[in-house]
Amino acid sequence: MSAPVECVLKAREISREFPGVRALDNVQLTLCAGEVHALMGQNGAGKSTLIKVLTGACPPTSGTIELDGQFIQPHSPLDAQRHGISTVYQEVNLCPNLSVAENIFAGRYPYHPWFKGGGIDWQALNQRAHEVLEKLNLHIDVARQLSSYPVAIQQMIAIARATNISARVLILDEPTSSLDDHEVKQLFAVIERLRTQGIAILFVTHFLDQVYEISDRITVLRNGLFVGEYLTSELDRNGLVAAMVGREFIMNNKSDAVHANSNTNACVLEAKQLTRKGQIHPIDLEIKQGEVLGVVGLLGSGRTELARLLFGLDSADGGSVHVDGKLLSLDSPHDAIAHGLALCPEERKTEGIIAELSVRENIVLALQARNGLLPRIAFKEQKELATKFVALLGIKTANIETPIGQLSGGNQQKVLLGRWLATHPRLLILDEPTRGIDVAAKHELTTAIMALAREGMAVLFISAELDEVLLESDRILVMRDRRKAGELPGGCDEQAVYALIAGQA
Amino acid sequence: MNNNEHKSLFQRIGSHPLLSPIATLLLLIIISSVVNPSFLRITWFDGHFSGSLIDVLNRAAPLMLVSTGMMLVIAARGLDISVGAVVAITAAVAALITDGTYGATHSGLSTLFIAVAGALITATLCGLWNGLLVVKTGMQPIIATLILMVAGRGIAQLITGGQIITIYYAPYFYIGNGFLFGLPFALIIALLTAIGLYVLLTRTALGLFIRAIGLNPVAAHVAGVRSRMITLSLYMFCGFTAGLAGLVISSNVKSADGNNAGQLMELDAILAVTLGGTALTGGRFTVVGTMIGALIIQTLTSMIYSSGLPPQVNLAVKAVLVFVVMLLQSNEFRNSMRAVLFKSGTST
Repeated sequence: MSAPVECVLKAREISREFPGVRALDNVQLTLCAGEVHALMGQNGAGKSTLIKVLTGACPPTSGTIELDGQFIQPHSPLDAQRHGISTVYQEVNLCPNLSVAENIFAGRYPYHPWFKGGGIDWQALNQRAHEVLEKLNLHIDVARQLSSYPVAIQQMIAIARATNISARVLILDEPTSSLDDHEVKQLFAVIERLRTQGIAILFVTHFLDQVYEISDRITVLRNGLFVGEYLTSELDRNGLVAAMVGREFIMNNKSDAVHANSNTNACVLEAKQLTRKGQIHPIDLEIKQGEVLGVVGLLGSGRTELARLLFGLDSADGGSVHVDGKLLSLDSPHDAIAHGLALCPEERKTEGIIAELSVRENIVLALQARNGLLPRIAFKEQKELATKFVALLGIKTANIETPIGQLSGGNQQKVLLGRWLATHPRLLILDEPTRGIDVAAKHELTTAIMALAREGMAVLFISAELDEVLLESDRILVMRDRRKAGELPGGCDEQAVYALIAGQA
Repeated sequence: MNNNEHKSLFQRIGSHPLLSPIATLLLLIIISSVVNPSFLRITWFDGHFSGSLIDVLNRAAPLMLVSTGMMLVIAARGLDISVGAVVAITAAVAALITDGTYGATHSGLSTLFIAVAGALITATLCGLWNGLLVVKTGMQPIIATLILMVAGRGIAQLITGGQIITIYYAPYFYIGNGFLFGLPFALIIALLTAIGLYVLLTRTALGLFIRAIGLNPVAAHVAGVRSRMITLSLYMFCGFTAGLAGLVISSNVKSADGNNAGQLMELDAILAVTLGGTALTGGRFTVVGTMIGALIIQTLTSMIYSSGLPPQVNLAVKAVLVFVVMLLQSNEFRNSMRAVLFKSGTST
């Protein structure tokens, strides 16, 4: 964390207007060489717009951008790249069917030196690609297809490509949102290397932990306005969150959960030797009434697979699941729902919402599906149900007939929660319910869930964010390599969980 | 749909999905009555209504029937291109049963009952076959139903022994030629089917489930909608309506032609469904629109026949009509037209 030496990029008085909206209003940003700069803000704060301005995807209405002392006006991402500003997005923008080396040098292939028409010099290509990746401490086979590597590696390859083309400013737009803890560490190692090379890095993320782990300075935006620029070492978490949400927002330091280790309630769900080939090794599981069971583990540890198996979305190869003592058929969500299970799936857009249907229809869908074709829930009753959950969960929508696709991510998730609560489930399975949702909405959502657990509903809470799970769960199930690695009581030490996840216990 | 209260009545009519099909139908009826001044005249003759309009309604009945089934399958992200072949199979089965081959006598109505039941069961089984292929094997609907489309003609010809079977059993003629309450019986079958379907879609949760499946099948499954069961039933219903159409057609022409009965009907049905405003991508459908779509096609066909133009023109005119209606339904086209109109409006 050496003191910033030289200023690379200065953006001043940047404004950007869209019809009817002022997405950015007099925003400033300063990036220094060899520094990781975090850009923070809630959904809709203007982070994406600012990035688009810097990369030329969407030129500013007014304001100046100064790069190495010269004023520039990038008018396209390609143009920005020529000036030395490269971006790596959350979704990897590479060709999965090409090799790693081909991707790194796409459009800039080396040709055979002695006759140019002779085609690409594959040896030189692979050699150079290898060197580029070595610099980032990545040791992988550059001749293999990009798609054969996990997303994390693909992302680092994208970074390698970006920094190899031009390397003054590197913008990382939510690079870690689909990575697990280990992969994040790998990525951070790469970022550290780039930092020592004197590149100015702009890092956009939702994860507070990561900001404190890697960044030197923080710029906070709110509603398109510049809130402030801070040294990371001088701004504590509460201060950062307060700057982002604009109100005094005290992080829950104390758990709401009951931590009823001696929970003597009746067992809601009992799974025995539940298994599916290639997805979950035989697993035993028990959840009691009113209990919040947190499930943690790395990506691919079997968290989501477990949820899908319990709910009958994937059919089990062996084992049994009893809900309130009754046997589940294990291959039908319909049957699972009939027995009182509910699942908010990980993929909200593709597996959760039906975008074109209204908020009302999305809320009644699961209850109606459990009823079957008849009796149809009367229109009046549908309206009452929808209105009730909109009020109860604080869903922000124009009205209950608005198509759910027009709502923000957090509100969509609340509607889905309402959909399941309408069925009065015995056990609610939540798979990453707070992913891609801003801090304030996240807090509201977890509060709502925990209130429900206190009323006797059991909750299976799957999350990649350990803080959340530690805070809210009565018991924690740790998954590793598609099997149960162990169980810990709620409120236990973070290190104990890490040890189990890493397999060092 | 959501902001109705903010829109004027004019805007609501202007954005109503049934606007363009109704306008198209009215336009065709106006043209028809210009070409043939007696087109709109309806008289009471021989105990029933009579006239060109009644004739159009009568002839449109088979297409209406097939289109309602097709609409549901399309709404659930499917397609059934075997309906024409199912029409042929049904006709052949009915003809064979009335033939007396299975010991039926030409007296009494029991033969009629057996023929109708046998034909409809066969048609529904055809739908079951299609549905099983789609639901159980995960085949693309167009390929799954292509199998029966090709094989069905063969089956129909095997049943009829490669001949056109003439039907002599008089009670059977009532289905396609008879009148009830002064209206063609075929039309009444089609209307009852449509009304029954409408009631089923609105009084039970079927409509919501089909929309959910059509818009996002995965999410519908996760929410507990029994999408496989429902999809299977829709294919069976589609077979059933094709069977009804087969009865009407074979009764109308008093014969069963394995080769030509219901030929290209699958395309007319898809056309009728689309003209009516149902989205081919699934999830959005309208029973009323589909009925209007079928009427558009039949009105157009009748108009060309009665105008004295050579029948070969029929297909070309149909193509032009489809092109225009689809253009009017396309959002991109509407927006660009709106932009042009808006600009010229402000510049003057």
